[in-house]
Amino acid sequence: MMNNVIEVENLVKKFHDFEAVKGVSFSVGKGDIFAFLGPNGAGKSTSIKIMTTVLSPTEGKVKINHFDVVREENNVRSSIGVIFQDSTLDEDLTAYENLYYHSVLYKVPKEKRKKNIDELLSYVGLLERKNDFIRNFSGGMKRRVEIARGLLHDPKVLFLDEPTIGLDVQTRAFLWDYLKKVNKEKGITIFFTTHNMDEAEKIANQVAIIDNGKILMIGTPKEIKTNTNAKILEEAFLKLTGYDIRVENADPNDKMRRFRR
Amino acid sequence: MNSALVVMWHRQVKEYLRNKQRLFVSLVQPILFLIAFGYGLGSSFSSSDGVGYIQYLLPGIIGMTLLMSSTMSGMSLIWDKKFGFLKETLVAPVSRTQLLFGRCLGGATTSLFQGILILFLGYFLGFRLNSWTMLPFVLVVMFVISLLFSLLGTLLATKFDDMHSFPSVMNLLMMPMMFLSSAFFSVENYPVVLQWIVKLNPFDYCVQLLRYTMSGIEANFFLDIFVIGFLIFLFGLLGTLAFKRIQA
Repeated sequence: MMNNVIEVENLVKKFHDFEAVKGVSFSVGKGDIFAFLGPNGAGKSTSIKIMTTVLSPTEGKVKINHFDVVREENNVRSSIGVIFQDSTLDEDLTAYENLYYHSVLYKVPKEKRKKNIDELLSYVGLLERKNDFIRNFSGGMKRRVEIARGLLHDPKVLFLDEPTIGLDVQTRAFLWDYLKKVNKEKGITIFFTTHNMDEAEKIANQVAIIDNGKILMIGTPKEIKTNTNAKILEEAFLKLTGYDIRVENADPNDKMRRFRR
Repeated sequence: MNSALVVMWHRQVKEYLRNKQRLFVSLVQPILFLIAFGYGLGSSFSSSDGVGYIQYLLPGIIGMTLLMSSTMSGMSLIWDKKFGFLKETLVAPVSRTQLLFGRCLGGATTSLFQGILILFLGYFLGFRLNSWTMLPFVLVVMFVISLLFSLLGTLLATKFDDMHSFPSVMNLLMMPMMFLSSAFFSVENYPVVLQWIVKLNPFDYCVQLLRYTMSGIEANFFLDIFVIGFLIFLFGLLGTLAFKRIQA
């Protein structure tokens, strides 16, 4: 469909002999807020990494803003903003410098850079701190800088991988309010993952539940609750994915980053 | 500032200049070598070919400084992998060649600073450039050598995830490169087998070129240029391919 900004068709990703994503298909319409839910190791982060061109798919087709993630990767990259699970800011630079370098990498016209950066930093309440080094920022402040950075080049889609993990209630509330506003005013499609079902139920208008590399159910929060005969989304989620606790090995980089944060 | 190349270069240089400690530490080893070899060995060396030992040694010490600091500049890639910034650059709509060369030109620039400092220091120890008109060439040669080893260091860094093993493996690689070359003394008295190994050592070509431009000691100028140019091309190509394949 022309109105879909994300189209994923039979996506497969294998790491050596392990199949992380086993034939996933879904689409996300323009202006949707889409929650991608699943237990640890379900294949969420792998899928996001493929959609954002960090990983290449083993099989299947992925189109973002009508561009193919393999053949037209730079067009895809220009169309998206990404907030990864762990901070990707340069800690040895100031907030302003991080944003400035980003605006050059994403070809924001020179005369607009300073204005856009100041505007976005003031939206996330960090304009006074713009010349402070990121290493002196708290986790919540870093997240806000990353949100500002992700929006700096006017993306069509914003990807957020567990954006609220480890944030205090105030920052979390602020973040969703702001993202909902951006979604409404600018029509930016939002695609996110979370382990907080309450959050997903409140924010998203479309939800996909994924486990063991396959999509179990997709629809509005209401449809999913009705189909599973559940009162809240969390109950529906547990009914679909079971009550077993999952084991997932972090790669050494992830461990190191958590340690640093 | 208008391209990824400039962004990556700018960032490397800015972070280097901000870190005074790193600048200081990186100068200690070459200075020690300069003093130990210059004063220690220098007195027992008679100038057989008409040039003093310092004229022979300083280009070698500068080569060593460039080799070490440029190769180690690959470390920044491992930091960026660990702390996430690499991903920010990988999802940016820019060519991988620019990302790689921007980084390496930055690493080469900071190495060049160190090379110039050692050259300055050498002046106090009695070193004299063969001809002042050669100074621009000396700087260009220093920069090109730095670019070569920044590319090598960064290329190898794409294969490492661990910030402890990278420096030790790089040391393991650099030590034989330094000692199986004519950086500190002539290899004429080495056994034939070792002399062949020296001929296969890219670093030796760099030292010879430095010595030629700085002290006017005869070398195979065109061969040196060719070897260095070819390796920059090769490492640039392999590095770009490796950057395309990094899956952060």
